[in-house]
Amino acid sequence: MDTLTTFLNSFLPEGLATLIVILLKIIAILLPLILAVAYTTFAERKIIGYMQSRMGPNRVGPKGWLQPIADTVKLMFKEIITPTRSSKVVFFIAPMLALAPALAVWSVIPFWDGGVLANVNAGLLLILAINSLDVFGIILAGWASNSKYAILSSLRVGAQVVSYEIAMGFALVGVLMVSGSLNLTEIVRAQSGGLFGWNVWPLFGLFVVFFISGVAETNRAPFDVAEGESEIVAGFHVEYSGMAFALFFLAEYASMILISTLTALLFFGGWLSPFGTSMDDIPVLGFLMGDGFHWLLLKAMFFLFCYLWFRATFPRYRYDQIMRLGWKILIPVTLVWIFGEGVAIALGWQPWL
Amino acid sequence: MIRSIKHYIKSFTLFELFKGLGVTGKYLFKRKITIQYPEQKTPMSPRFRGHHALRRYPNGQERCIACKLCEAVCPALAIDIEMEEREDGTRRTTKYDIDFFKCIYCGFCEEACPVDAIVETHIFEYHFEERGKNIITKEELLAFGDKHESEIAKRKAADAPYK
Repeated sequence: MDTLTTFLNSFLPEGLATLIVILLKIIAILLPLILAVAYTTFAERKIIGYMQSRMGPNRVGPKGWLQPIADTVKLMFKEIITPTRSSKVVFFIAPMLALAPALAVWSVIPFWDGGVLANVNAGLLLILAINSLDVFGIILAGWASNSKYAILSSLRVGAQVVSYEIAMGFALVGVLMVSGSLNLTEIVRAQSGGLFGWNVWPLFGLFVVFFISGVAETNRAPFDVAEGESEIVAGFHVEYSGMAFALFFLAEYASMILISTLTALLFFGGWLSPFGTSMDDIPVLGFLMGDGFHWLLLKAMFFLFCYLWFRATFPRYRYDQIMRLGWKILIPVTLVWIFGEGVAIALGWQPWL
Repeated sequence: MIRSIKHYIKSFTLFELFKGLGVTGKYLFKRKITIQYPEQKTPMSPRFRGHHALRRYPNGQERCIACKLCEAVCPALAIDIEMEEREDGTRRTTKYDIDFFKCIYCGFCEEACPVDAIVETHIFEYHFEERGKNIITKEELLAFGDKHESEIAKRKAADAPYK
């Protein structure tokens, strides 16, 4: 990266060179992300199929590996239909508004030590702030569609996301109390020292709450009342087709990957190896078992798999049950846990340090 | 008291949820039961009721004697028969139409037939490309029977002991 910057600086004005480098970095993050989204949809269909004793898609390309490509091509050539009496402008802004935050959050995610687009000091805060903007896209989509199903769904999403945001925020408060920083790189560094340095152990309850509210936040099963096929067709995106629908899809899966990565970063030591530095001296194994991007990838993939696993396992919660779980169980649990944590910190009893 | 404590512990450890995850997790590795249709096919009974056919005697004479029992028994009124007396004194059909859109493939026509003329074959992969082609005429039925006679005879023989 530095060599590229100096090379560009040699013949471009400084501002332009930095801009180009940042743009290249953005592309380097977004392209693999979008590819990951495409193959998450494939993995989802395959894994859920396998859990239902089916095979899943296996016709397009070898073992079905080209299925997401075929899906994308199909969606691109599909006509985008706007319902009559919908608000056209909002109707088209909504999917972009849903997608943009889901992608923007990735700017502060560190992939390895120093491998981050913007090393913001208030990274965690930024994630919370931008991630909650997601809901605007969905609410506007529901409203602009001029459809009763869509508006019902977007109202549900609004209430659900706002409720679970609180539990999620509290779980993050617990994390920043332990690590003493809002910077994601610092949070991960604070977890160094192998398997037992990770935040899960002192914050196990918060981890569970965080992941559950993460699932609720992304409107995935079992909290997918927003889509609720059996009740309100497809929810907020009933009226969307073609690429407009694809944008919602992209946003949903990008946030899924984001929550998985965040869980790995905040509670499971991100890119840190569970073996610590104990194996660094062994030639090849040392590289594989040492810290690195592959550990983050592995951890994030596990949580992504959990998402699909949940979807294959749990029936959808009723709307009032979702509210009960969010307000009467998850929030009190986080409050109690944070209180206990605060007492422990105040007394200087910090086994995680 | 004890029960409610038990309930609390159970719900806070997500016991039931993990049990459910265990079930789906087990099925992830189980054998898949999908039949990959065009390449793989399920075994088929000799009694399978598919596309109809009219059969002939080995000497080439058509079996159907225009008794119209099949027309009478057909619950969907799919069969339409007209008949004549030929010069050699035999009774034969001049028209034997089956509307495949009306037909419900119940196999009553085959059971009603006293001479085993109308049969339902094992062939179920067929389609029509034009409106009107769904009404299969006598010539088509006979031709279909001629084409698949050996297979039809084999399946009839296999099913004969159970009739």
